[in-house]
Amino acid sequence: MSKKILKGRAHIFGDNIDTDAIIPARYLNTSDPAELAKHVMEDADPDFAKKVVKGDIIVGKKNFGCGSSREHAPVAIRAAGVSCVIAKSYARIFYRNSFNMALPIFESAEAPDRIAAGDEVEVDMDSGVIRNLTKKEQYQAAPIPDFMQKLIEAGGLMESVKRRMGAE
Amino acid sequence: MVEFSLILIKDDDMGMTITEKILAAHAGLKEVAPGQLVNCKVDIALANDITAPISIKEFRRIGAKKVFDKERVVLVPDHFAPNKDIESATQVKMLRDFSNEQGLTNFWDAGRMGVEHTLLPEQGIVGPGDLVIGADSHTCTYGALGAFASGVGSTDLAAAMITGEAWYRVPETMLFNLKGKLGKWVSGKDVILYIIGKIGVDGALYKAMEYTGDMVPTLSQDDRFTICNMAIEAGAKNGIFLPDDVTKGYVAGRFKREAKYYPSDADAKYCERFDINGGDIELQVAFPHLPSNTRPISKVGDVKVDQVVIGSCTNGRYSDLKVAAEIIKGKKVAKGVRLIVIPATPLIYRQAMKDGLLDIFMESEAVVSTPTCGPCLGGHMGILAEGERALTTTNRNFVGRMGHRKSEVYLAGPAVAAATAIVGKICSPEDVL
Ligand code: SF4
Repeated sequence: MSKKILKGRAHIFGDNIDTDAIIPARYLNTSDPAELAKHVMEDADPDFAKKVVKGDIIVGKKNFGCGSSREHAPVAIRAAGVSCVIAKSYARIFYRNSFNMALPIFESAEAPDRIAAGDEVEVDMDSGVIRNLTKKEQYQAAPIPDFMQKLIEAGGLMESVKRRMGAE
Repeated sequence: MVEFSLILIKDDDMGMTITEKILAAHAGLKEVAPGQLVNCKVDIALANDITAPISIKEFRRIGAKKVFDKERVVLVPDHFAPNKDIESATQVKMLRDFSNEQGLTNFWDAGRMGVEHTLLPEQGIVGPGDLVIGADSHTCTYGALGAFASGVGSTDLAAAMITGEAWYRVPETMLFNLKGKLGKWVSGKDVILYIIGKIGVDGALYKAMEYTGDMVPTLSQDDRFTICNMAIEAGAKNGIFLPDDVTKGYVAGRFKREAKYYPSDADAKYCERFDINGGDIELQVAFPHLPSNTRPISKVGDVKVDQVVIGSCTNGRYSDLKVAAEIIKGKKVAKGVRLIVIPATPLIYRQAMKDGLLDIFMESEAVVSTPTCGPCLGGHMGILAEGERALTTTNRNFVGRMGHRKSEVYLAGPAVAAATAIVGKICSPEDVL
């Protein structure tokens, strides 16, 4: 069993961050993760791609990732170095796509209201405990079940399928 | 906005809904609770000419050699088929080549092809108790048979094609108690438009919509398909009816695998309950540009149309054509209006031909098309020009859905569609009979 801790600075976003805000359709003529990362969150915060550093955490509120089913959205977030997303709730297809694309996402009713921009935050992937190191607070997110963690550790759905194929 | 939490406290002996039972059975578990993530065996994995090419590319990219079961991977090129242009021909060819290579028994090429969500139940490919994954959002249609069916993206489908498995988060269930009887001409389409009008396009986000009540036994299987078909228009993960004698009658002689009839337990937990009175439901029309933008026919006002479409996975079944023919019989389509009738499958087409329905339509100067999704998604066979307006029996009326960005789509059932084609304005069948 892994003891994986994700750690980074928080970037705060609001309700209903849609997939067009995460990665605008005008950049969908490529599926190259590095290209997509250059424009991640552009329509919600034009400077985001410049500010984000490896490990940083996106904090959203309600219905994060609503809109189209584009798999480019979690790909862009992950390629930008974001270690995970914490939000109150997710749109259904974004939720699926995130796990499939190996982006850890956490659901917590409390954390998005408490965490402020720039707070240093740590998430324990096994227990779902979110520690706000700046504020010295702790919140509970739903832990990611074992097999979903394996999906993420494998590098996403297709990579985990590939591994299974190799093992058989 | 809907909130949900992964943390749920479950009593040991709490009952389960039909959705929970089907997920548990396919995950090899005795019980599951909303919020739980489960890995399930799928009975059927479906894709079409738009979504399958991406799944096939993923399949090849990771070096997969074989689909999990050559009878359970179903490919239906229905969207832009019969091939409308070189690009769509290339996509359909990918499906054809892949099917040949894999020896798929369920590749439904032109001639056998029908609109997927009408074709699969009709051909007995999906049935009660099944878990169906489909790379198409209206996969939720099969819930009408007491199956769990939900749409996904192409990558999920690619994985399911290879492994025969898919992961799900068990949804909470909303219970809709359908009471009383529906009035004359009022159909399943009016019921679901009425409900979406009440709860909104995200009113059931992530949830299961389960239907119960004393109206259910009076609803035909076709009405139930229509109601479950549009669950996604309320944001739901699935729509579902408890299978009953109507279901059993429908699957008899069609469904070749063993049907499993799951009930919901009396003490199953529902996150919300709604009472819907059949007597309150007038014929409904959804105005542009959201399926939730509904009005009863008495409040529609003066809306002229250029085109009427009767077809799609929502309302392209035999019973829809029959209702329309009954209203249209002996009349002509209004001047300046195009009526396009698209039987959803070859079987429906032939039955309609035998019973003289196609004659009635052609006599009225309607266009009768071969089965296809066609104009439903603005593909072909009836695209709208700038400023044009259509009334259609399809399921989405988003901006530009049937053609030009500045065209308009109104949604209704087959009775309103037929009457509208005759009058040239959105109206009730009472206005023409
Ligand atoms: S008929 Fe329309 S809604 Fe149904 S599968 Fe085809 S395009 Fe989709």
